[in-house]
Amino acid sequence: MTDIIARPLAGTRPFRLQGALKEAGLAAFVMFALSLALIAVRVEDVPGGLAIRWRPFDVIAAVVLVFLGRLGLAFLRNNRPAPVALASGLFSAVMALLLIVFVSGGGGVSWAQSLLPFSGFVVNVLVLIISLVLTLRAGLMWRRGERADAGTGVGDTMDRLAASVQGVAVYVIPVLLVAAIIFPFLPFADRRILDIAILVVTYVMLGWGLNIVVGLAGLLDLGYVAFYAVGAYAYALLATEMGIGFWLCLPFAGAMAALAGVLLGFPVLRLRGDYLAIVTLGFGEMIRIILLNWYEVTNGPDGISGIPRPTFFGLPFVRSPPEGVESFHSFFGLTYAPVDRIIFLYYVILAMALITNQFTLRIRKLPVGRAWEALREDETASRSLGINPRNTKLTAFGIGAMFGGFAGSFFATRQGFISPESFTFIESAVILAIVVLGGMGSQIGVVLAAVLLIGLPEMFRELQEFRMLAFGAAMVLIMIWRPRGLLAHREPTIRLFEKGAGKR
Amino acid sequence: MLGTFEYFVDQAINGVTLGAIYGLVAIGYTLVYGIIGMINFAHGEIFMIGAFVSIIAFLTLGLLGLTWVPLALLLVLIATMMLTAVYGWTLERVAYRPLRRSPRLAALITAIGMSIFLQNYVQLLQGARNKPLQQVISGGFEIMREGDYVVTLSYLQIFILLLTIVLMVVFTLVIGRTSLGRQQRSCEQDRDMAALLGVNVDRTISLTFVMGAVLASVAGLIFLLNYGVIDFYIGFLAGIKAFTAAVLGGIGSVPGAMLGGLLIGLIEALWSGYFTVEYKDVAAFSILILVLIFRPTGLLGTPDIEKV
Amino acid sequence: MTAADILESARPLLDVEHLTMRFGGLVAIDDVSFAAAPKDITAIIGPNGAGKTTVFNCLTGFYRPSVGRLTLRRNGQEHLLERMEGHDIAQAGVARTFQNIRLFSQMSALENLIVAQHNKLMRASGYTAFGLMGMQAYSEVEAQAVELARYWLERIELVDRADDDAGNLAYGQQRRLEIARAMCTEPALLCLDEPAAGLNPRESVELEELLLFIREQHGVGILLIEHDMSVVMEISDHIVVLDYGQKIAEGTPQEIRDDPAVIRAYLGEEGSAGAERGGGA
Repeated sequence: MTDIIARPLAGTRPFRLQGALKEAGLAAFVMFALSLALIAVRVEDVPGGLAIRWRPFDVIAAVVLVFLGRLGLAFLRNNRPAPVALASGLFSAVMALLLIVFVSGGGGVSWAQSLLPFSGFVVNVLVLIISLVLTLRAGLMWRRGERADAGTGVGDTMDRLAASVQGVAVYVIPVLLVAAIIFPFLPFADRRILDIAILVVTYVMLGWGLNIVVGLAGLLDLGYVAFYAVGAYAYALLATEMGIGFWLCLPFAGAMAALAGVLLGFPVLRLRGDYLAIVTLGFGEMIRIILLNWYEVTNGPDGISGIPRPTFFGLPFVRSPPEGVESFHSFFGLTYAPVDRIIFLYYVILAMALITNQFTLRIRKLPVGRAWEALREDETASRSLGINPRNTKLTAFGIGAMFGGFAGSFFATRQGFISPESFTFIESAVILAIVVLGGMGSQIGVVLAAVLLIGLPEMFRELQEFRMLAFGAAMVLIMIWRPRGLLAHREPTIRLFEKGAGKR
Repeated sequence: MLGTFEYFVDQAINGVTLGAIYGLVAIGYTLVYGIIGMINFAHGEIFMIGAFVSIIAFLTLGLLGLTWVPLALLLVLIATMMLTAVYGWTLERVAYRPLRRSPRLAALITAIGMSIFLQNYVQLLQGARNKPLQQVISGGFEIMREGDYVVTLSYLQIFILLLTIVLMVVFTLVIGRTSLGRQQRSCEQDRDMAALLGVNVDRTISLTFVMGAVLASVAGLIFLLNYGVIDFYIGFLAGIKAFTAAVLGGIGSVPGAMLGGLLIGLIEALWSGYFTVEYKDVAAFSILILVLIFRPTGLLGTPDIEKV
Repeated sequence: MTAADILESARPLLDVEHLTMRFGGLVAIDDVSFAAAPKDITAIIGPNGAGKTTVFNCLTGFYRPSVGRLTLRRNGQEHLLERMEGHDIAQAGVARTFQNIRLFSQMSALENLIVAQHNKLMRASGYTAFGLMGMQAYSEVEAQAVELARYWLERIELVDRADDDAGNLAYGQQRRLEIARAMCTEPALLCLDEPAAGLNPRESVELEELLLFIREQHGVGILLIEHDMSVVMEISDHIVVLDYGQKIAEGTPQEIRDDPAVIRAYLGEEGSAGAERGGGA
């Protein structure tokens, strides 16, 4: 066989088509092996046992697409964008057309369906997206005639973007804040949208709370949901057993969570990063198992129901309040509207989240905040400067847990019902993903990630099924692409010179 | 009954069977930790995939009319080892290799992401419901009797123990006697130096993941045979407990992983037998925390002195 | 100054008595005793693996000595370092730098120096409570801390890089910043682990000036591990020589230069007069 030397571009080495084919072939073979069991065959329940269903076409489609995709990447790497741009562009167009026909026909257009590579609709959309990304990349390269040095160029762009996000934060944050405050009164904010907004803001608050532990202090906590659970159960039990109101319980729930954090942290915080992660994970699971099995107190898997709703300075949000109590709408002379309560909840969690944010921003500029960051950077050096690692980490752990406890109380009062099912490891992973994907230590990054990871899948219910899959994939891809997170940009906590001044 | 020796033996047999599973999975954690210093959080999912490949292979063979148990077992064993190994290889190649020079936490987060991804990948492809498999190996013989209480050692348990012992012996020989084992140990000591001396580091690390996946796939098969039902979530708990076993034995030490697995299996079975089943996982996690606090190097691990 | 002068001048700042450190069967330091006088530069020299850094690690609490007593005297108080945790030792007045630079590389140079004043600032912020409330008293102490940092930044000629990440500084600048950071803890004893390693001759001279300045102006005793013999001989008042974990000689630079045991340790049996090894001037 002869190597095909393609049209030489400035400064490129000869392109070996044979090598590219070999690479693509290997990738296709691996894909084939991967799909042989799990994709080719589906185990299904039938009356009287299990049956299997064959899915040969999905396997063929997957193998062919992996082959072509890998080949395309090899072409790109060898600076041959033109054929890739054309081929993937054509492919994208056909895919898009088929999908449009399929959707507009209400899913009943069988010829369009049979021409699509995969049986799952979302998988096809995913293929289309990947193909579009490839087209875009190849197209840009073709136009500029430059090499695609994987990541670095884009990474720099993101660094600059992250820095400029910080730069314009002065203008953007007030706008965002005003938007968040008037949000419930915007025309499109119906009950469903408000519920989603409350959920997103809850996760923003959890993200900001965990950011203290992970982003600032660098302690990888995989059991954050445990503190969320402690807060939720503390409030639920106090409210249902003793009839104490939400606002009185809140500090107590936070204190309980902080105490749990300190109790766990005390023995384990001297462990190295990844050991600490596993231990906190184990702790989170232990809390869940205890909640599940301690019937006398937690009512086990049935959970606690009838948790009282918060009141507005003692004014409940109900149509007909009990004897001797005035309700919110009658006090203010309004007509009763069920959405009032939702709007109120929205403001409660917004206020709690903003307090968390303000607290973090302030404490970062205090000695303890700087000590957290110093410990994250180098524990040995911190110790040699007189910083007590254990106590300093404990404060981070305790404060982070406290905010988790606050959020947990809110969760309990909003749901009116809690059970151990709400506090699984996946919740911890989701909160961690929000912190990490947003950019560890970046407050605005948390908001961005919470909207992307919580808001979007809630808006598009069909994606629910794929949410966790996308979660996992996003965690991997973003870490590979930007190991420090999307908007990781650190501003010094104190400056000798005004920004931009004092430099040569 | 609870106080009798027979009851104890019965629970101990269960514990040893469970310990075989944990031990086989724990070796994967220990090997990977030894060579690249990261917790391969997704290793539990590899075990789960091994169990799924096994059930699919059994059903496929059944469909093809192959019902002679020894041959079916052999074919399933080979199929699950090979196909699961590809998953182990791909996991390293796609998710971990690009991050080899990145901060530890980045690699750990990637591993968690991979774990979530694989769980949901299997759930989407195979459905969320339990997958029961009827008993493949049945029967056994009585070893003890106390009144009505009969302690039996089933053929399945004998098969599991033999399989585990054979695998561990083969594996110990591979690590100790072959050039692959030597290359592995050299990469553990100093990856850059090993590369300078002509060891193909990428290939060695890939093979480490493949070996870990092969052992985990067998553990998955054993799990399927022993419990008869699997779902996409089994990798999570089994993974954490196997990791606990690896830590207990001393992370980085292969005999330690085997010993740790055996101990965790016994503790869990005896705890369930004598105390409460509900809190058996709490017992395992408590052991993990206690070991890390009081003996971070584990039972057979070597202490490493912090250099400043 | 001669050794006799030092003995007369005051009680030593640091007393190391019968220090022994064992790792399993390995004896890294074997019954080493020496003293460091206040305002003196005491050098610890010896071939690689002689146990020099281990002495530092025992002094600064990273290792707990197997045997021995380490006494630091400051303001009439005695601190028994072998019983203290690393961070308490730092608060008692021992600061150190590291062989491989350990700056907080993603924090700015200024922040590195502010972190070094952690305990002072922590007290002023009422252990965070006053600081959160934005109290005036804390702001004033913080302003003082910035002034101290600025003073040291001027000393090491890094004022204009104050707001840059420490990790982005040049190697020599990082070495100087680490010394400045140690000085910001306002120590009585400064332990420097190979501060001249990797510096060019001009930077080495600047380093010598910086160390002499620290001694003269701040009255800090310096304990110095160094391979660069020109630096050691130039600025040390007192030299301790270790080999295989044992002290083989002690004295003034001149005494050490002529000591046959030292020459033997460095050059082997047939060694001749020049005790300077490869890395020297």
